[in-house]
Amino acid sequence: MSSANQLLLEAKNVTKYFGTITALENVNLKIHAGECLGVVGDNGAGKTTLMKVLSGLYKPSAGSLHFEGKEKVLESPRDSQNLGLEMVYQDLALAGNLPIGENIFLGREPTTNLGLLKFLDYKKIKELTEAHLGKLRINVKSADQKVEELSGGQRQAVAIARSTAFNAKVVIMDEPTAALAIKEVGKVLDLINGLKKTGVGVIVISHRMDDIFAVCDRVMALFQGTNFAESELSNTSRDEVIGWIMGKK
Amino acid sequence: MDSKDQDKDSLYLKLIPYFEKYGILLLLVIMIVVMHFLQPDVFLSWRNVTNVFKQISWQSMLALGVFMVIVTAGIDLSVGSIMMLSLMILAIVAKAGAPWYIVVITPLIAGFLCGLFNGLGITLLRMPHPFIMTLGTLYIFRGTGNLISGGTPISGFTDEVRYLGHGRIDLTWLGLEKSQYLPVSLVLIAIVYIIFWIFMNKTRTGKWIYAIGGNPNAARASGINVNKILVIVYSLCGFLSGIGALILAGRTDSGYPNAGLQSELDAIAACIIGGASFFGGRGTVLGVFAGVMIMGILRNGLNLMDVSSFWQQVLIGSIIVLAVYVDVLRRDFGTRK
Repeated sequence: MSSANQLLLEAKNVTKYFGTITALENVNLKIHAGECLGVVGDNGAGKTTLMKVLSGLYKPSAGSLHFEGKEKVLESPRDSQNLGLEMVYQDLALAGNLPIGENIFLGREPTTNLGLLKFLDYKKIKELTEAHLGKLRINVKSADQKVEELSGGQRQAVAIARSTAFNAKVVIMDEPTAALAIKEVGKVLDLINGLKKTGVGVIVISHRMDDIFAVCDRVMALFQGTNFAESELSNTSRDEVIGWIMGKK
Repeated sequence: MDSKDQDKDSLYLKLIPYFEKYGILLLLVIMIVVMHFLQPDVFLSWRNVTNVFKQISWQSMLALGVFMVIVTAGIDLSVGSIMMLSLMILAIVAKAGAPWYIVVITPLIAGFLCGLFNGLGITLLRMPHPFIMTLGTLYIFRGTGNLISGGTPISGFTDEVRYLGHGRIDLTWLGLEKSQYLPVSLVLIAIVYIIFWIFMNKTRTGKWIYAIGGNPNAARASGINVNKILVIVYSLCGFLSGIGALILAGRTDSGYPNAGLQSELDAIAACIIGGASFFGGRGTVLGVFAGVMIMGILRNGLNLMDVSSFWQQVLIGSIIVLAVYVDVLRRDFGTRK
């Protein structure tokens, strides 16, 4: 595949201040098609802030984002979604009171418009949901099941399905296995490997070396809001990466 | 788990959604049957039934507005005051001799603007909780209503202005007697509730209101403009309170300082009895209607039986606690922990 190594997203010298606190300073990041980048770092290293900048939730104080070679300014998560940049949040960002299908399409529901009023096309939501879950081989009883009735792994699967329902090019996952039972971790990692095969660039933020070494091609470490180290996965080891997290090279 | 157990379990689980949706209607039907046996001659008579609907007419508007707010996990304590202020503005405009079609829309506009004020206050001033903003406007709106009217009642409206609250639809063409009329307010309740049922269940904005109540962060991350939706919700709540003011003007033929006093609490109670969750995201328009009806029938039935209004208070309070406890039990086996 010629586009396999295409550069999808690049962050250049991203800096973010919250008042007097510097959360990120001159951070650089690159992600290519079909690649999985692991981002590691201790609590407060700036991982989540970086991801929120990439998803358009925070505006960087300085620096720029480039998507497929063009500089983009993201005003809201909607902007990043429109580019094909999706985020799977640590708290999953699902509404438990709504069914699976409505969660997957939340904010982007297919509608029939009648003047100013936009009526939901429930039939289409159900059809699209079933087709999409089938494609990702995610098993649930029914697309009408409420998310609060699902297990942690199923919720994570729904969150990933949600992020890929609209031809995502880059999917960013914040601690995708943190809240899962051990037997469910494997399924989520399989899902990530499946996504890579379809040419999606995946960024995984994780504390778990097992996850990083199971799915990632490259790993980068943040320390106190700066780029600390980066390597192809084949050129490093668990101990070295754990050292980076603690700020040792 | 063997298969027999699983069948039983799944039947149980299948029944839960129906219970969640229609359980409150069951309670309503039981109440109607009990009242009928206690007061067989009076309770289900044409006169009494239309009376119940007339009595709940304006409260049902406030409850519907508060319901939407509660679905977003918010609260609106100011609906009674919005209604009073809208009513006073209506009365002043009517006394000034404005034509009826102007008089009729003033409370709707006034109510809408009051709601907009709440919504903008909550979002722009970033109030830590809607409770605080609407507690403030509870005083502000009622005070303003008293300021502009001098704190005295203003009475006497034309028939057109009173039509929605006091009008009668003659049914003699159906072979019924002259006394067996349909109150216009009953038809209005039906129309407004159907419109808002469609709004909450079939439109995208309605779905987003539920999503915000379910998880505001999820809604925000989905690109939904949460603040805009909240402003819409509080504005609609004010608008419905304005409709309540128009109905009340028709019923009482007067704008008076105590209009809607403490009615915000009745509205909240009706929502809670009807199954709306204070934590947001849960509840149905049908449930609110049932909640309003249950409170209306309880008051009406106890009045018919000459039970003191003090007991009515005790009973309504008990029903609130009981209804929520049933909800707690339901969720215990309905949701995965």
